[in-house]
Amino acid sequence: MNGGHDLGGQHGLGPINAEPEADEPVFHDDWERRAFALTMACGMLGKWNIDEGRYARESQHPVDYISNTYYENWLAGLQTLLIEKGMISAEELASGQAQGTAEGYRVPNGESARKILASGGPTRMESDMAAAFKEGDRVRVVNANPLTHTRAPRYTRNHAGTISRRHGVHVFADANAQGRHEGAHLYAVRFEASELWGDDSPGGPVYVDLWEPHLTAD
Amino acid sequence: MPHDGHDHTEPPDDLTLRVKALESLLVEKGLVDRDALDVVIDTYEHKVGPRNGAKVVARAWTDPDFLAAIKEDCSAVIDREFGYGGRQGEHIVAVENTPDVHNVVVCTLCSCYPWTVLGLPPIWYKSAPYRSRVVQDPRGVLAEFGTTIADHKEIRVWDSTSEMRYLVIPERPAGTAGWSEEDLARLVSRNSMVGVEHAAAPDEAQT
Repeated sequence: MNGGHDLGGQHGLGPINAEPEADEPVFHDDWERRAFALTMACGMLGKWNIDEGRYARESQHPVDYISNTYYENWLAGLQTLLIEKGMISAEELASGQAQGTAEGYRVPNGESARKILASGGPTRMESDMAAAFKEGDRVRVVNANPLTHTRAPRYTRNHAGTISRRHGVHVFADANAQGRHEGAHLYAVRFEASELWGDDSPGGPVYVDLWEPHLTAD
Repeated sequence: MPHDGHDHTEPPDDLTLRVKALESLLVEKGLVDRDALDVVIDTYEHKVGPRNGAKVVARAWTDPDFLAAIKEDCSAVIDREFGYGGRQGEHIVAVENTPDVHNVVVCTLCSCYPWTVLGLPPIWYKSAPYRSRVVQDPRGVLAEFGTTIADHKEIRVWDSTSEMRYLVIPERPAGTAGWSEEDLARLVSRNSMVGVEHAAAPDEAQT
C-alpha cells in the first residue's frame, strides 16, 4: 500500500538530530520496553507473521504513522492484530477487563521465549525453482499500486536497474502479508541515482531487495 | 524497575497507562507469560548489541578469509564462530567499505536492522528524516553525522526491503598494524557498522 511508511524520497521531514551513540539508551521509557516485549511475545503465539505485523502498522492514517513515536506505531499495530485475530475484543481493550481466558494457545514461558529468539525465523526456502534473472541483467520494477502490503518502495517503481546479487528463494513478503506462504527468487537490484532522482541528483546508487514478481526484464 | 527519568510525584502519562492496561489484560487472558517479557527485554537490553558486530568487524580486519566468507553468508559464519544467531539476523550479508566504495544502510519502509550483531536500532535509524533522505542525498545525511566521504568515492545505499540484513565493514583505521582483535573492536562504533560514520582513529578509541 502507498502508506505513510513508504518514506524514501519524501522531503520536508526535518533534520535527523541523532542522539550521541554513547548516550542513547536501548529504550527511552519503561512503556517502550513493555510495548516491545508485548509485541514480541504476542508474535510468538504464531497467529500472524512478520509481514502481517508490518502491514498492521503501516495501515494507520499516514498522519498518525509519521507523527507517532516508533513504539506508538508498534503498540497500534499490536492492538489492531490482537483484535483482528479475535484474541481480544475491542470491549476488552477499551475496558482493560478480560472476559474469560483465551484457550488453545501455546504461550511461551521464559525458556521457550529464549529459544525462539535464538533460533530466529529464516525466510530462505529450499527450492529448485529456476531464477528468471542473473547478475548483470537489466530489470524494471513493475508499476503497481496494490492496496495490500508490498516491499517494492514507490521510489523504485517503473525504474530500471541491474541485478547485483541473487539471494535465492525467499518467502515473498507481499503474499505472506496476506497469509500465503509462497517462495520467489529475491535479488539485490542496483539503481543509479540519475535513474531514480534525475540527472542532477547528488546521490549514489541505491541497492534494493526485490522479489521476482516485482520485476520484468528491461 | 529502572528509573524512567520522570518525577514520580507526577501521574503516569497516557502511554504508560495504556501499555500497563494492555499487559494486564493479556496476562489475565492467559496470552502472555511475564517471564517471556522479562527474557525479551533482558535479551535486547543487556545481551545482544553492537559489541557483537564490533567483534565481527575486528575479525574481518585481521582475517581475509573470514572477510570473504561473511561477504557471502555472514549469518552462517558468525553463528559458527561467535554463536551470534537468531531473530533479525537470519540472512546477514557484510558489505565492505574500501578506498573506492562507502556503504550505508537504511530501511525506508520500516526499521529492518541486523539485531544479532547491532541490537535494536537507534531512534535516528527508525526516524522519518533518515529513512526519507538517505536514499536521495546520502552525502548530506552523512554530513549531519559529521562524516565526510571523499568526492571520488561511490556511496552505495542499501535499502533493507527484504529479510536480508546488511552489516557494513568500515575501513580499518590507519596506525593499527599489529593490533589485537580486542583492541581493534574498541574502534568500531555502532554507527560505523550502519555506515553513517567511520571507525574511530586510534587516539579516539573507546575504553
